Amino acid sequence: MRTMKELLEAHPFFAGLDDEAIELVVGCATNVHFDPDEYLFRLGDPADRFYVVRHGRVALELHVPGSGQQVVDTVEEDQVLGWSWLVPPHRWFLDARAVMPTSAISLDGVCLRGKCDEDPALGYAFMQRVAHVMYERLQSARVRLLDLYGGGRDAAR
Amino acid sequence: MATEAVLDLAGLQALVDALRERGYTVLGPVVRDGAVVPAPVSSVDELPRGWGDEQDGAFYRLRRRDDDALFGFASGAQSWKPVLFPARQLLWQGRRTGDGFTVEEPTDAGSRFGSPPYALLGVRSCDLHAIGIHDRVLLGRAGVDAHYAAARQDVFVVAVACSDPSGTCFCVSMRTGPRPESGFDLCLTEISTAADGHRLVAEAGSDRGAEILAALPAEHAAAAVEADRAAAAQVTEVATGRMGRQLDTEGLRDVLYAGVESPRWDDVASRCLACTNCTLVCPTCFCTSVDDETDLTGDVASRRRSWDSCFTGDFSHLHGGSVRASVRSRYRQWATHKLASWYDQFGTSGCVGCGRCITWCPAAIDITEEAAAVRADPGPPSASAEGA
Amino acid sequence: MTLRGDTTSSVRGVADVAPDPMLPRPFRVQDVRHDTDDTVTLWLDPLDGEPLGFAAGQFTMLQAFGVGEVPISISGDPGDPRYLQHTIRDVGGVTAALVRARVGDVLGVRGPYGVGWGVRDAAGADVVVVAGGIGLAPLRPALLELLGNREQFRRAVLVYGARSPADLLFPAELEAWADRPDLDVAVTVDHAPSGYRGRVGLVTEPLARAGLDPGRTLALVCGPEVMMRHVAEDLVRLGVPPAWVRLSLERNMRCGVGLCGHCQLRELFICVDGPVLGLDRAAPLITVREL
Repeated sequence: MRTMKELLEAHPFFAGLDDEAIELVVGCATNVHFDPDEYLFRLGDPADRFYVVRHGRVALELHVPGSGQQVVDTVEEDQVLGWSWLVPPHRWFLDARAVMPTSAISLDGVCLRGKCDEDPALGYAFMQRVAHVMYERLQSARVRLLDLYGGGRDAAR
Repeated sequence: MATEAVLDLAGLQALVDALRERGYTVLGPVVRDGAVVPAPVSSVDELPRGWGDEQDGAFYRLRRRDDDALFGFASGAQSWKPVLFPARQLLWQGRRTGDGFTVEEPTDAGSRFGSPPYALLGVRSCDLHAIGIHDRVLLGRAGVDAHYAAARQDVFVVAVACSDPSGTCFCVSMRTGPRPESGFDLCLTEISTAADGHRLVAEAGSDRGAEILAALPAEHAAAAVEADRAAAAQVTEVATGRMGRQLDTEGLRDVLYAGVESPRWDDVASRCLACTNCTLVCPTCFCTSVDDETDLTGDVASRRRSWDSCFTGDFSHLHGGSVRASVRSRYRQWATHKLASWYDQFGTSGCVGCGRCITWCPAAIDITEEAAAVRADPGPPSASAEGA
Repeated sequence: MTLRGDTTSSVRGVADVAPDPMLPRPFRVQDVRHDTDDTVTLWLDPLDGEPLGFAAGQFTMLQAFGVGEVPISISGDPGDPRYLQHTIRDVGGVTAALVRARVGDVLGVRGPYGVGWGVRDAAGADVVVVAGGIGLAPLRPALLELLGNREQFRRAVLVYGARSPADLLFPAELEAWADRPDLDVAVTVDHAPSGYRGRVGLVTEPLARAGLDPGRTLALVCGPEVMMRHVAEDLVRLGVPPAWVRLSLERNMRCGVGLCGHCQLRELFICVDGPVLGLDRAAPLITVREL
């Protein structure tokens, strides 16, 4: 049975953070588990949590009138979910639903923001990591926007 | 067997007759519609006696010479490409049956030039090299062009050493002339055009060339003497010194590969109309397209091959767009292929220095000038500047 | 059933001089499967009884009588060429006619042509197959060759991306492959209707976590060219040598035998020097716009 600190240290998102910083984060962390089809959060909810996924898969969904609920991204093992806790207006703009048994570490956003405000070095370290996640998600979304598999007249070259 | 002889006009006529007797369709240069083009000939009188030409960028005129030279012009409007590699060729016809379809090959390889075997009279060195290049491209690789093979079969080549290069000739730069070195059955050099002594030195380049020379009547095919050979050499020396253009081929492949983003391509794109004239008259261009047609019943299908050009908008069509959409990219493709990629593909340059692309370009674009300009300004290196 | 017409005229016919690579062989459609709303798989039976042997990655020039020909990769098992299998997507023109073929129709086939994947080069090494969209079809033969000779290779990974779950090719086979302990399968779609339990994102995302030994990996990549370039860059960044990243390139083809000139990519004829090319040869060319 691993401690919260060990779980955090094992996750790629926290790689490179020193011992002291991890200890600070542990104070805001809890283990959570979701069953398939259980929602982690819904569009419009206050965004005050940050999830570090350990096992399983979470689908991020948007409702499209005419097409229904669409999955636009999935987050799984070794990935993280949520940056709205860091970026105003601190509201989720997607639904998040587990599509398989999912275990994650839930980090309290308000608690984390408080610690980052007190310790700018920690804050900067978080910003760097979150920026990287956003960069990767943006690239993924941009390339998918090209609809390369579409073919025919609309396909990008 | 004679390896050389000096022919008079009657001797040349006897040569044409001998070829026809042996079953060849003799094709030679004739004047038609203000240009010199290949056509079936049976008489020396049909040749362009007394005609010369003036050529420059976007300029071609025939002019009257002050002598009776038979071959006193440079390159005709077309090479021998339309003869051996017709612009439109039926590949096969298919007929729907209860079981599927049959495939019938054409039985007659004849065209508007008559049926093979052909005897080509008056092949210039540049065009002779072009035929050799086509042999390599169309016969020498995994996929053999069966129709070219059939037309090419047994072709009898009577080459001619040029005496009057034109303003767009640059065979010397390409080392493809002006004197044919090999690949011919006979090679003629016109050394005298006097009314009472029209003389051509005929040199055999093959056994059958020597055989036919030996069969000509001795009174019209005399033995060659030293003075005749000297006169023939003189014709070539003069022609060599009168090239209209020149092209520096030193490292040209690497120059063009490295110059893939040269600003010169934008410059030529502002002038090039993508009219495809250059590819039509170029003796080495070989790109073709294939189309299938059916008759009204849908039961008989014909597949035809026709000349195509990398200058057309849909030549590189792929999934709703073209890889080479801009004229800039298409001119770059043609010039780079002709002067550079060809080396990697076939071991030689694709250009034989005939100058036709310069003469027949309505915008007077000069491939020698463009190549020199890219050499002078290769532009920025691309993401990966080195050649393959 | 006659394949040739009467060529006994007194004038020498083409056939006497050289065999014509432009003559098609008739194949009868044995079976049709509708894979997605624009893609079908055809099984073709040679009328002359001679199975068409091929190497994984090769293609044929497939002809709809009276309409025309297109190059289509062979999507069958090279170890079992009894029926010629082709997976065709409707992108208009000739392909529109081919996807409407019915059992009993006769199509023309020329080939097989081209340089294949060369799966056996990876003996003793890891193999990763990265497919995007219809790109899984030309890679299927490589995968089958790999699985049919599984003990010759170390790790085997399939990474496959498609637009949506409805666009996934060979879904039953994908499931069977995913169940195999000797093959890692990571499928990603661009988007999906809610309820889909699989991965949604970019096809390359699973690559970094595939656990490959980059110094001993052969990567086979096929999909839209932009996708192949990105995948190739990611693989090189992971440490796979460029010569061991193989792409299948596509260009306009009219003959398939290097004569019509259409498929040229600078000095390469994609039909003869490709379509499979190592990134070391392809990268300098595919990165130049409009080459």
